[in-house]
Amino acid sequence: MLVNLNTRTILLGVVGLMMIADLWLIFQVAPTDAVLGNVQRVFYFHVPVAIMSFLAFFIVFVASIGYLVRRTPGWDQVAYSAAEVGVLFVSLALITGVIWAKPVWNTWWTFEPRLTTTLILWFIYVAYLMIGYAAPSREKGALYSAVVGIIGFIDVPIVYYSVVWWRSIHPPQMIGPMAEEGAIESGMMRILLFSLVTFLLLFAYLVWQRSSLRRAEDQFRAIRLQLRRASI
Amino acid sequence: MSEFLAPVLVVVWKDILLEWRSRDLVISVLVFGLLIAVMFNFALNLAPQSLTALSPGILWVTFTFAGTLAMNRAFVRDSEQGGLEGLLLAPVSRDAIFLGKALSTLLFMLLIELLLLPVFGVFLNFSVLSWSLIVTVVLATLGFALVGTLFSVIAVQTRSREIMLPILFFPVVLPVIIGAVEASAASIGIEPSEALTRWWPLLGIFDALFLVVCPWVFGIVVEE
Repeated sequence: MLVNLNTRTILLGVVGLMMIADLWLIFQVAPTDAVLGNVQRVFYFHVPVAIMSFLAFFIVFVASIGYLVRRTPGWDQVAYSAAEVGVLFVSLALITGVIWAKPVWNTWWTFEPRLTTTLILWFIYVAYLMIGYAAPSREKGALYSAVVGIIGFIDVPIVYYSVVWWRSIHPPQMIGPMAEEGAIESGMMRILLFSLVTFLLLFAYLVWQRSSLRRAEDQFRAIRLQLRRASI
Repeated sequence: MSEFLAPVLVVVWKDILLEWRSRDLVISVLVFGLLIAVMFNFALNLAPQSLTALSPGILWVTFTFAGTLAMNRAFVRDSEQGGLEGLLLAPVSRDAIFLGKALSTLLFMLLIELLLLPVFGVFLNFSVLSWSLIVTVVLATLGFALVGTLFSVIAVQTRSREIMLPILFFPVVLPVIIGAVEASAASIGIEPSEALTRWWPLLGIFDALFLVVCPWVFGIVVEE
């Protein structure tokens, strides 16, 4: 057969079609916000990528525990791929957040609890990726990364509450992010939900693709090691 | 209990003896800390009264940098001649080795902070003689020592070890830095002292959590 239609390729096709539909919904169908105008449309990207990045780091946490308990490369492949895609998504969440903040709050950035926690998440998972490469071997790298994945995740709630309390001592200059959830119009809500599903599938596809690539890397490394041993 | 405590104290004693004979760690980190304090003075260039308001921040940035440097040096010294491997071969629990290393890190950092504090008091014009400031310093330094010891063991085995420690360490100890700065501000009278009832528990929770997690993770990290 010329075209090998496996499940992953079908998923990619579905994600592609849904992304086009999502863009059409966001820019053509969604009503323009009465107060904020067109800039409000960034919300349909921002919320899904932010939620997916938190999901990613939860997966990193669970898979890291799995790796420490089982020591099978499969857990590391999942954890690493989720961390890499998570860093990408959290970067997008920060960038779209900054684009949103400038017209709405009249400032690019404020050290508000949610923003600060997201930024610290970014730092922790960038460290996660770096320690894997700086380690003396792949196994050590997987081990150290798993440690960072667990400690980092445990630390996130403490970071959040410390910033909440810090802010309550220095009252914020701006009014909190986003209008209250109840205020969102039902048409907007439906498009947001569609966007969420689209990004969830995109996220699933990317993690799947990345972890199978990581598995191929591991297999390649094992074969090379075998060949080297055989030649001695 | 004493069976568990004895190896902890042996590890601490080893580090104290090593430092006493070489005297390179405390002195170099102390001079480094003083230099940071002086540089802040030039970088900010403020009237003495406004400098006092910034003193908790200056204090903890200096302690964080000095602490990172001290931990890096302590573990490079341990790993250079296979010292860490020797330590791990000893027939004692890994928890005891970790707690010994963390305790000696805590003692070194506290000594450096004890020596730096009066100088900061003079430079930044605030009173260091306050029990609440001492409690704050001990609570925050304990959190630093626990997380820092664990990450130092990891960082020292990687390439570019000097930079890996702060990259791992700073984001995770952010709550300690926030808590320490705010509690210090309350201790020296910049913020109302009720703030201590909020920040001390935060520091305490952080310390207790990582006192449980770090020895467990250390045992996994050092196994071969």
